[in-house]
Amino acid sequence: MSPDINPLDPSAPLDPLPGHTSRGRLERVLRRGEFAVTAELNPPDSANPQDVYERAAIFDGWVDGINAVDASGANCHMSSVGICALLTRMGYAPIMQIACRDKNRIAIQGDVLGASAMGVQNIMCLTGDGVQAGDQPGAKPVFDLDCMSLLETVRIMRDNSKFLSGRKLTTPPQVFLGAAINPFAPPYDFRPYRLAKKIEAGAQFVQSQYCFDVPMFREYMKKVRDLGLHEKCFILVGVGPMASAKTARWIRSNVPGIHIPDSVIKRLEGAQDQKEEGKQLCIDIINEVKEIEGVSGVHVMAYRQEEYVAEIVHESGVLKGRRPWKPETTPTDALVAERLEHLREGVEENQQQMAEAAAHHPH
Amino acid sequence: MSDPKVVTGNAQPAKKAATGAYTPANVSPSRRARHKYTVRLWAVRNSRFLEWFYNRFADLFLTLHPLWNALGYNRVERPVTFIERHVKGFLFDCRMCGQCALSSTGMSCPMNCPKQLRNGPCGGVRANGHCEVEPDMPCVWVQAWKGSQNMVKGDAIMNVQKPVNQSLRETSSWLRVTAEAAARRDAARKETQR
Ligand code: SF4
Repeated sequence: MSPDINPLDPSAPLDPLPGHTSRGRLERVLRRGEFAVTAELNPPDSANPQDVYERAAIFDGWVDGINAVDASGANCHMSSVGICALLTRMGYAPIMQIACRDKNRIAIQGDVLGASAMGVQNIMCLTGDGVQAGDQPGAKPVFDLDCMSLLETVRIMRDNSKFLSGRKLTTPPQVFLGAAINPFAPPYDFRPYRLAKKIEAGAQFVQSQYCFDVPMFREYMKKVRDLGLHEKCFILVGVGPMASAKTARWIRSNVPGIHIPDSVIKRLEGAQDQKEEGKQLCIDIINEVKEIEGVSGVHVMAYRQEEYVAEIVHESGVLKGRRPWKPETTPTDALVAERLEHLREGVEENQQQMAEAAAHHPH
Repeated sequence: MSDPKVVTGNAQPAKKAATGAYTPANVSPSRRARHKYTVRLWAVRNSRFLEWFYNRFADLFLTLHPLWNALGYNRVERPVTFIERHVKGFLFDCRMCGQCALSSTGMSCPMNCPKQLRNGPCGGVRANGHCEVEPDMPCVWVQAWKGSQNMVKGDAIMNVQKPVNQSLRETSSWLRVTAEAAARRDAARKETQR
């Protein structure tokens, strides 16, 4: 059994530890100094909870946190709150993303409380892609807060037990706060300072955009270390397999913010099996970035290739033999099963006998 | 293949509306239909001068505090707002958010960012430094970073800005800043007299 589990109820928060702001698994793994792995759940376009569970089960035993994306790319899917509600019920450790694109500050603060009440321990604050990128460009972009003020809002809710307005909360949301970074977009020299700003606003861990350009990332991390930021915040590098050179080209010209150097495309093109090469490339990148000082983990985004996450994590060996949590049976489960079995037999109960037995139970 | 998105910029709301995008006539940030970004970019290039000029100007406004007080801040609000809207509208494509952040954003108005970010660039900035949402517009925050490099107090770009108070829209931030500075000055004076 993994150490990060509540023995009484797998879906309940863990015991609080000193110095921890949340009662979740991800924070424990990171603070212990272990190399963390997170992945992204492909949100279903359906109202069937089973779809979420099936997609989450792919990651069982391989990741420390599952990102529940909030309409990423401005495409409509099941909401991150909904996905998190389902996942926490089963004991998973979701990282709930909140994008400022769709909700104003009133809705967001309500969702933070609701999510925390459902057992969500990690919240990731994002600005969100513009609506033009998604399937409904006619939508009204909200952007009431930005990622920075959102971080600060949740931090104030957690640490000062207050809404943004100053009204008091009776129970603050105990969450581990995350943010996103993109070292691969201009203005390059501002990017490390922007991370500093995010940390000041409340970020405790960050996940980066897809990293395909390791030298560029190294450069960024050098500056980050100079500023001492890697000691104040856990940095997870975003990686992922590319299905083919064609996809890579398409992403490069159509998805803003993803930087793919020519060398990557050339390597994919030259390969016999592009899919296999994409996976190998991802593993190579993980092996390179994990050695960079200040990197605390990887965030594997294998959109529509989720089945490869386990393989990628396994082959890169980043877990060093550690097995992250996966759904396990608890002692209570056995009791429940026994009782159910008994009920199913349909024997008629004799209450007098039962009372007799109960009274003479040795204690 | 040329990228068809290039023509659907902020400067061409009609074309943008034809794509089905949300283009309100009267609400920021798609309100205005200026075709060029020349003046805005000039302001960023000359951020140091504008910073110096604004400091003089703010001092002047503060010296005029007794006048504003005598006339009543409420009464002067409308004419001052009118002037502020046009001056800043011309120079910065100002959106009259009523809580000016230009001094902390390198003289590049953050309300022109389609996501109205007030704390730095989003992750979608294009490699050529243009905006993710409006491909023909130079990213407001790439400009802000450039502008802040020239300014004496350019480090203000590192401050975390509070969320916009939407109820202050279309009010004069010049007057607000002046009234606040005057209140602070008076409080300080009282403190020293005691
Ligand atoms: S690219 Fe720049 S201007 Fe465009 S939305 Fe992002 S931060 Fe705003």
